[in-house]
This record gives sequence, C-alpha cells and structure tokens, in this order.
Amino acid sequence: MPKPDSLQGSLDLLVLKILSRRPRLHGYAIMSAIQDMSSEVLRVEEGSLYPALHRMEEAGWIRAKWITKDTGRRARLYELTAAGKQQLAAEESRWEAVTLAVNRVLRMA
Amino acid sequence: MSLWSRITNALRGDRLSREIDEEYQSHIQEAIELGRDPAEARKSFGSPLRQLDESHDIRVLPWLDSLRADAIFGWRQLKKNKVTSAAAILSLALAIGSCTSAFRLIDALLLRPLPVAHPEQLCALARHEIFFDGTPQTIDAWAYPAFQQMRAAVKDQAELIAISYAERMDLTYKSDQEMEKAHVQYVSGWMFNSFGLRPALGRLLTENDDLKPGAHPYAVLSHDYWSRHFRQDPKVLGRTFRMGNNLYEVVGVAPEPFTGTEPGTMTDIFIPTMMNTWVERSDSTWIRTMVRLKPGVAVEPLREKLNATSLAFEQERAKGFTGMPKQSIDNWLKQTVFLEPASAGVSDLQNDYRRSLAALSVLVALVLLIASANVANLMTAQAAARAREMALRVAIGAGRWRLMQLVLVESAWIAFLATAIGAFFAWWSAPFVVDRINPPDNPARLFLPTDWRVLGFGLALTLIVTFLFGLAPALRASTVKPASALKGGEDPHSRRRMMHALIAAQVAFCFLVLFVAALLVATFNRLSNQPTGFSAERLLTLDTVAEHPRPPVFWEQVAEHLRTVPGVENASLASRALLSGYSYNDSVSINGAPPTEVLAYFLNISPGWIDAMKIPLLDGRDFRATDTTPGAAIVSEMFAKQFFNGENPVGKSFDRASDDGARQRFQVVGLVRNARYQSVRGPMLPVAYTPFHAMDDKGAFIGIRHATFIVRTFTSNPLALASTLRREVPRARPEFRVSNIRTQLEINQAQTIRERLLAMLALFFGAVAILLAAIGLYGVLDYSVLQRRREIGIRMAIGAPAADIARRVTVDVFSMVLLGALAGLALGMASVRYIESLLYQVKPTDPAMLALPSLTIFVAALLAALPAVIRAVRIDPATTLRAD
Repeated sequence: MPKPDSLQGSLDLLVLKILSRRPRLHGYAIMSAIQDMSSEVLRVEEGSLYPALHRMEEAGWIRAKWITKDTGRRARLYELTAAGKQQLAAEESRWEAVTLAVNRVLRMA
Repeated sequence: MSLWSRITNALRGDRLSREIDEEYQSHIQEAIELGRDPAEARKSFGSPLRQLDESHDIRVLPWLDSLRADAIFGWRQLKKNKVTSAAAILSLALAIGSCTSAFRLIDALLLRPLPVAHPEQLCALARHEIFFDGTPQTIDAWAYPAFQQMRAAVKDQAELIAISYAERMDLTYKSDQEMEKAHVQYVSGWMFNSFGLRPALGRLLTENDDLKPGAHPYAVLSHDYWSRHFRQDPKVLGRTFRMGNNLYEVVGVAPEPFTGTEPGTMTDIFIPTMMNTWVERSDSTWIRTMVRLKPGVAVEPLREKLNATSLAFEQERAKGFTGMPKQSIDNWLKQTVFLEPASAGVSDLQNDYRRSLAALSVLVALVLLIASANVANLMTAQAAARAREMALRVAIGAGRWRLMQLVLVESAWIAFLATAIGAFFAWWSAPFVVDRINPPDNPARLFLPTDWRVLGFGLALTLIVTFLFGLAPALRASTVKPASALKGGEDPHSRRRMMHALIAAQVAFCFLVLFVAALLVATFNRLSNQPTGFSAERLLTLDTVAEHPRPPVFWEQVAEHLRTVPGVENASLASRALLSGYSYNDSVSINGAPPTEVLAYFLNISPGWIDAMKIPLLDGRDFRATDTTPGAAIVSEMFAKQFFNGENPVGKSFDRASDDGARQRFQVVGLVRNARYQSVRGPMLPVAYTPFHAMDDKGAFIGIRHATFIVRTFTSNPLALASTLRREVPRARPEFRVSNIRTQLEINQAQTIRERLLAMLALFFGAVAILLAAIGLYGVLDYSVLQRRREIGIRMAIGAPAADIARRVTVDVFSMVLLGALAGLALGMASVRYIESLLYQVKPTDPAMLALPSLTIFVAALLAALPAVIRAVRIDPATTLRAD
C-alpha cells in the first residue's frame, strides 16, 4: 500500500475535487471518501488532512461551518468557495500536465 | 478572510485552540460511530497536541500570536511586582509628561505653522542697527511710510504685509463708562487675501479697506473673540464700537483657526492699518512687516532691494536730526535689513522664551534619561531574579529573538502605561505653564491643540524610551547561557557593572539639572531682591484716561480728591508708573555744549510724588505747584554723576536736546537717590524728573490724555481699595476714567516673571531628578546587598566588623556617585554658556553654585544608601548561610 507521502502535492487536489462533487463534508467524511473512491489505495493520514484543510481555509479556497448533529455533537463542515473552484481547475490541469508528462517519459524510456 | 481572520484568531487564541480540538474529537467520535475500535482510532489519529500546534500556526499570524502571549505574560510580570512597577511607571510618566508638555509649548510657540495658505513662504523683515547710544540692536518695527516704499519697490517679487503689534486697547460697544479691553491689531487690508483666509461670517478686510488714512472704520473679529464675547451671534455684523475717537463697524468674523500672527497673543479685533493715527508718521515705528515671497524669487536680491529702500528712507529722515551728533547718526545709518523665516508667526514671546524653552527642554530630557536609567536598573535587577527562567526558556528551545521580544514587550508595557499617565500630566501642565508666562492682568494665550503632531511626538517618545531602557536588559536576556545560569554560576559582577555605570550617568545628569536649577533660582533671587530705590509696599497705580486732553490742573484736582478717600494715605501723579515699561529719553546739553551721546531718561511727576514713592531726597526740594516743564527738574544721583561729573547739581541748569534741535532749559531744584526706571536689570539710568505741568512754546499748558495716579493705601492689601478708587476718579471729574489698576508690586514682579517661571520649573525638575536618582541608588544598593548576602554572611561569620561591611557595600556605588558628580560638573561647565543670557549677576564658577548641587547629591546618596547598609549589617550569617 502506498504511503501517504505518495499523495504529496495531490492532497489539495483530491480534497477540492471531492468537495466540488459533494459539498458540506466534515473531515472524517473527506478522508473516507478519498479512501473509498480510490478503492482503499489512497489513504490520508489525519495528521496531514487537518493542517491541509486549515491551510486551504486560510487561503480562502474552502470555508467551514459548525453544525450541530442529531447526537448533539458539533461537526465542522467544509465547502468550496468561488476561489476554490478556480484553484481546483488550476490544480486539475496541472495534474493532467504532470501525469501526461510522466506517462510520456514512461513510454519513451 | 485570510489576514484579518488570522489577526482576529491570534487575539482569541484559547478559543481557537478549543475549536481545533473539538474538530479532532468530533473526527474521532465519527470514526468510533462508524465502527472503528476507539483505541485504534485514537492511535491512528496521532498526537493531537502536535497537530493542534500545526493547525494553530496555520490559522494565526505567528508573530502576532507570540506578541499577544508576551503581552499577557509581561502584564502578569508587572502585576507580580506591583510596587516597583508602579514606581517605574509613575516616574517615567512624570518624565514623559514633562517632555510632552515642553514639546507642546515649543511647538505652539515656535514651530507650528500659521493656519494660512503656504506658511512656508512667509518671512518677517527686521534690521540690525547701532542705536544712538552706541548699542547694537535688532528691530522688527517699521514706520508705515517706510513700509509703503518697500512694498512698492519689491512689488513684483513679493507681497509685503503690515501687521501692528497686538495691543490691549480700551473700547466700548455701549457708553464710555462701560469700556472693556480687547487685543487689537492693525493689519494691511490685503492680509486676509494674501493668507488665503475665508470669512466665518460676513466679509474680511480687503485692499480697498486700506487706502486713505482714517477713511475705513471697519473691523473683523476673531472667531475666538466672537465666540467668547457674542456667543457666535450672527447679528454681530453691523454692530459698532468706539475706540479712541473712531466708531468702527463690525463687518465680519475671521476663520476659526486664525488668531493673528503673534504666538502668545490671540488677536480679538483686526482693523485696517489706515485707521492708525501714526500711519503717516515717519518717526513712529509701530508695525511688523511680513513678506510673502512669490514662487521662484531669490531671497538675496530681494533683501538688497529692501535694504536700499529702507536705507534711503532713513537717510531722508536723518536730515531732520539736526540736534544729534553726526557720528551717532552715521553709525545708526549703517543698518542692514534681513529676512527671517516666519512660518510660525512672529512675537516678542518667541524671542523672550526661545532660549528658556530650549534650556527647559534639555532639563526635562535629562529627567527622562534619569527615569529611563532607573527603569533600566529595575529591569536588570528583575532580570537577575529571572535568569533561571530565561535559561530554561533557552534550554527548551526558545530563540534569542523570542527572548528579546519577551523583555522588550514588558518594557513597552511600562512605557505605554507611563505615556498614558504622562499624557494626562502634559494635558494639565502645558496650560499651567502658559498661564504663568505673562502678568496676571494680561496672560499669554497659546493655542495648545492635541493633534497628530503631539500624538506623534508622544508615540515616538514612547518607542525611544522603550528601547532606551529595554534594550540592554533584552540583549542580556538573549545572551543568557543556559548551562551556567541553571547552575546558578553566572558572573554576578557583569550585571552590577552595568547598573553602576547607569548610576554614574544618573548622578551626572542629576548634577547638571541641579546645577542649572541653582543658577536659575539664584538669578531670580538676585533680580527680585534687586533694590528698586522706591517702596512698592501698599502702592496702587491707576492708569487713567481722559476723554479729551485735559490741562494738568484738572488731573491735580482728581489726585486731590483721591487723597480724601478713606483708606488712602497718599496720592500723586506721574506720566506713568516706574518699571511699567514706559520710557522717554533725550540727549541733554550742559552749558550750551553739543548734545550728549548718552541719553537721559525723563518722567513727568506732580509735587508729592517723590514722597509718595518714598524716594529719598538728598538735597534741594520737591516740586511746588508753580513749577513747570520746562523750568524745574529733580535729578537722580546717576544723572548728576553722568552729566555734572558727580558734583551737586542743585541750582545748576541743563538743556533737554530733542532730535529736531529744539532745546528746553531746566534748573535742577532737587537731587534724589537712584530709582529703577525702566528695568530692574542693568545699571541705574540717569533720570530727570520734570513737573507734570508742561507748557508748550507759547507758554500754554499742554492738555493730557493719559497719566497714572500713584496711591499709597493704609491697608496691607491695596487691591481692596481698587473698586472704590475706580468709582472715585470719575466722581471727581466725569470725563476721567480708570483704564487699568495694578499694584506697584505686580508691576515689579512682571519684570522677573520669566525668571520666576524658569526658577520654579527648574526647581521642580531638580527635585524630581534628585528623587529619581535617589530611588535608583537605593534600588541598586539594595539589589547588590541581596546578591552579596552570602558573601556578607561569610565575612560576618569570620568576624568582619559592621563598619567594614558597610564600607564594602557602599564603596563601589559611592565612587560611581563621585565619578558621576565630576562628569556632571564638566557637563555643567561646558553647557553654561548656552544659558548665560538667562542668568543675572550669577557666576557659574561661584563656589556656592557648585556646592549646592554637590551637597544635595551627597545628602541624597547617603539617605538612599542607609536602608541597604542597615540591611547589610543586620544580615544574620547563620540563617543566610543555611538558606543556600
């Protein structure tokens, strides 16, 4: 199983993408979503997820809201901002460019 | 969102941490709810504390967050040492307040630009000349015709504006019995336009209001006067007042910020120059000339043009000086005109107080340095106690910068609290000083706003002070060596060395302050104990005005009437009171010789005046009712010495020789002791008293409008009789009116008002300086005893006598005091020439002047050392040694 490090640079992209599909998720749901969709290949450690979320929040790409759940506990839900949508587009095209380049190298070598 | 949220997040640090933590907990709960093993979920989450730190730093500005933490920590430190913190803050507050106050005064009087358009283009015109009696002078008064010629000469390069000296005049809006006083300034009609001023009400004066002598009886009020006097009633337009023989109409109100061009006096009423009776006279100088340079005009050619015009005017005028020695006239004509920058206006107060304020601000700056040194010592002593804390911080990874910040933030706390308290002190003290600048009946009025200039100064001062006393302890804290400090083995002497150096500096500054204070106080003492030659006790002076010129005999009748008023011991008449600033001088000629270069001073008096003033008559007799001017004269000893070679002048004659060549013959009928005439400073003047009954060439008595009654009362407080006398004068003759009542004592004291103020303030700052220095000394000694208690304990245990302990504890500090005093002495000697012009008959090298500060400092040092010495010799070796 790849280490979380293999996600380097792509964690932001994944989080933004997931939030663009399914707004208003809390941290655990984001983590689970990445895991499920990648069929357990990609795993996000909590230690990287939350600093990343908070950093993106400060950058203004996502915003957070506290809600009170039926159980009475509070949860912090994240959603994409307009700036976040732009950022997502930029990250996606960057990712495509990188993978394209990597694939080309793999084919040529 | 980001920067702002990070700032706000930094300011609500605890809540932020709680929120982050809550989010983590909710994450773990979620995991557990979805069926994960609680222990495993927690474990996989990792260290929440580390993540919290990471997330926390992302969501705040780290430097702001640390600043906040340091501020809170610093505040706790201050609260921990309440007494020392309060002492530090209060002493610093006093010093900062005094500095700010001094700045407010200097700014208001000397620096603040006038609220007019382009004040930087304004200059004032003045000239250097050798006066007829040979003394060089600088004069900024001009005759109006000279002004007109100069204005025409430089029309294309500059605008010249005539502005008279603000004068306190009598005027009335109702009947003559309801005269009041207002500061009136005669100004060029085009002044308002040239200054770019807009009326607050009605209209301002224009060039068309200033064309023909006596033809423009219009007045513009200042906003301040309009507010005080008319409660801003717009119906003031069109109201009339009478001043002198003219009826003036109020046509407008000047804009609020503009209060004239003389800092120290606020003008109430502006009137066109053409309304002044002297406007056509070449021999009367009564205006200042302001110059507004047109853009791009070079100063020097302009000055030369003005110089040539002024000189031509004076040369023309000198042709009429037939009665004067040619040499004097030639000397006098070697005058040069110069321009002085006048963006802050021009006033006599500026000249009188420029040097005084500079001296005072040096004193307050020294007091600030002393206070800063005190706080620095205090912080150093506290830092010693906290050396282990600092070492621990370094040991667990605090950076040097972080430690410096910690200590500096604490200093900033002290400085800011001190500034806040100091601001109140400055707010109160600056007006307090201004109120004491002029005589009580005509106080100086300075606009003292609290604006960005003052605020900026205060903030800059705070920052400077913070670094002044905070930097050394901060640097020390940042270089702490954890290994040695935690072992408790840091070099104890290094810290003490710095404290000792600060003590020496404090004593040096303190010596300087006390030395200057002693000089100023001695000056005031000499001046106020200066014998005047007459008795001012229980003496009232009544400046009186008649509606029209009245023959001398009418005035005598009033004096006669005043003598009958109950409570009056004696009453007599003179043109003016002695020392009131009045002066009338002329050359004299003995036996038809050419006029003397030395001038004689004259005063018209009535019979009985010499007696009323208690000026001793040495020979001859007092005037009789039949004596007249010209005719008889009573002269002073100095007059006899100057003009009669010290021989008894009684029975001899002299001529009063006027500039125009006219001569008046007087026979000396009496000789009196010298009395102060114009000023309590300088040598006694040669004075000739002449009869109040003055006649013109044709032998007719000259009518008189202004004169002063001198009334000696029975009561010790002569002012108790003031209102009675004010009523009695018109009762004797209804056309007479008292315009001003002062005691002679008040007039005498007005002579030394600046010296009194300086002495008072210097004494105050001297007292503060010595108090602060003593506190500093006490603190350092106390600290060193505390630090050396083990050593002292050992010494005592092995039998050192108490005297030896006392010597050991104090010797270092006292040698520092000595060193400081010597340095202070050197500083004093070096700086004394800057204040020499403020001194009177006081020699800085006078041993008494040096002994006083030295003695004060050593007594204060002894007193400050006493508690520490007592503490040292009372150390109980047994407990001290056991405690460690």
